[in-house]
Amino acid sequence: MNMHVSIAGLELKNPVMTASGTFGFGLEFAPYGDLEALGGFVAKGISLKPREGNPMPRIAETPCGMLNAIGIQNPGVEAFVTQALPALKSKDVAVVANLYACDAAEFGELAGVLAGEEGVAALEVNVSCPNVKEGGVAFGQDPAQIARVTEAVRKKAGGKHVMVKLSPNVTDITVCARAAVDGGADSLSLINTLSGMAVDVRTGKPRIANVIAGLSGPAIKPVALRCVHQVVRAVDVPVIGIGGIASAEDALEFILVGAHAVQVGTANFLRPDFAFGLAGEMEKLLSEVGAESLEAFRGSLQLPL
Amino acid sequence: MSLRNCRDVKVLQVSPVGRSETPDEFFELILEYPDWDGWKPGQFVMVRPVSWELDMLWARPFSISSAGDGRLTLFIQKVGRGTGRLARIAPGDMVTLWGPLGNSFAVEKDTPTLLLAGGIGIAPFRGYVERHPSPKNVQLFLAHRLPLACYPYDYLCGHVQGQCILEEKPEDLDGIIDAMGGLIKEYAQKKGLVLACGPTPFMRTVQRFAREFGARAQVSLENRMACGVGACLGCVTRDGEGHHVQVCTKGPVFWADKVEL
Repeated sequence: MNMHVSIAGLELKNPVMTASGTFGFGLEFAPYGDLEALGGFVAKGISLKPREGNPMPRIAETPCGMLNAIGIQNPGVEAFVTQALPALKSKDVAVVANLYACDAAEFGELAGVLAGEEGVAALEVNVSCPNVKEGGVAFGQDPAQIARVTEAVRKKAGGKHVMVKLSPNVTDITVCARAAVDGGADSLSLINTLSGMAVDVRTGKPRIANVIAGLSGPAIKPVALRCVHQVVRAVDVPVIGIGGIASAEDALEFILVGAHAVQVGTANFLRPDFAFGLAGEMEKLLSEVGAESLEAFRGSLQLPL
Repeated sequence: MSLRNCRDVKVLQVSPVGRSETPDEFFELILEYPDWDGWKPGQFVMVRPVSWELDMLWARPFSISSAGDGRLTLFIQKVGRGTGRLARIAPGDMVTLWGPLGNSFAVEKDTPTLLLAGGIGIAPFRGYVERHPSPKNVQLFLAHRLPLACYPYDYLCGHVQGQCILEEKPEDLDGIIDAMGGLIKEYAQKKGLVLACGPTPFMRTVQRFAREFGARAQVSLENRMACGVGACLGCVTRDGEGHHVQVCTKGPVFWADKVEL
């Protein structure tokens, strides 16, 4: 079965991507599988300058999920371009850079740095990180800001595909989706983590130093599926589904609801070779359920009349 | 680089250690050894029982205690939900295993080497003494709270010279710290190597004495990890320059003067 997907000019050999922050710069996972088995991968969030991120502890395990408050620790865009990108350029996989900045102008500047880098297939705009005090989810909760940030990236992206990653921590995600499209987004990826926390009755302290953290993993899949369902019906740009995908069946649920592709996040931690075999598993399952093609299966959800 | 570092392997044996005195507190988990090209003492593995399904997501990191002849031995203390469930796993069950991960302890054949273990911190030293090219140059010190039978101390003493101190009551701590200080000073004077593994306060003491006496010392850190491969950034510690670095890939072994504890 042909698993190729075309997402507003972003060509993927299959619909499986790995989500930002869960796959490093890709090379960390190279001993466990072939990067070229993926349709694409989203590098961890990068900013103009290096960031040390949040204090420890930063992660906690929860039932069917995990909390994280890493705080966009990264070596900065220059290190990404000079150290990570050269090794990735030769790979037949779409490399998506995830951008984090504190304001629209900085987002534009960051996009400008990457615009000329041929190894970068697309820019994913992170307006939804719940773990940083400045920017982060504050952008993602304000439709006007989402539009402004997207527009700033669009202008400096040099024709590269612009994907905007949306937060579920809003009253109506379709409003945010429309704002991103108005700002010039080619596609939307959703969802980022849900805001959550965990505490310890023995120590009387929060389990994460940042107190509030982002919840991911299978626990959030129903929320993610609902968000994708709502957004694909609200906008005309392709949607990439993210949230709790831990099997081929999970991934196809997002495609059934209307997503063009999926990003796998926390499941990369269950076993480091998980994402590499997912496209093959999806193809097998599509045949089992009698789908004619991936395209025919996409959005074929039968809703009650 | 091998592409076969993540595999589902069979549990061969689960053996309580020191059971009569401390039921199930410590156990040896023996797994099928995936015939890795090589491993070095101080490295660790990530272990996740297949039966956990989606209930608990993270694999657990454990030092390699010993490996070879088709068996990978992990020495584990039951401290939480994950290790509690691992203690109840049965021979024949499958676990997802990836590794060997991280760096390793320094091995210097002719250098007098002191191993400082705080409790369960003895785990990686079993492999260390088994593989050391000149065990007569190695000495082990164990500070422990539970009965000695809970630890593979006697086994290690079959390879190297050993010394241990039991911490039964709070005032025993002073004796342990004095002994550690004396040993670290001695090894600093003879330009030896000090290798330590144990709880964070234990490691801070090692670091303090190493600085005071100018000893060459390495500490092996244990932090909560989600991936073990350097991607999640959940296990970071600060290096000597104050930068966050991953314990899983930049460690777990650090020179004591190059890390903030």
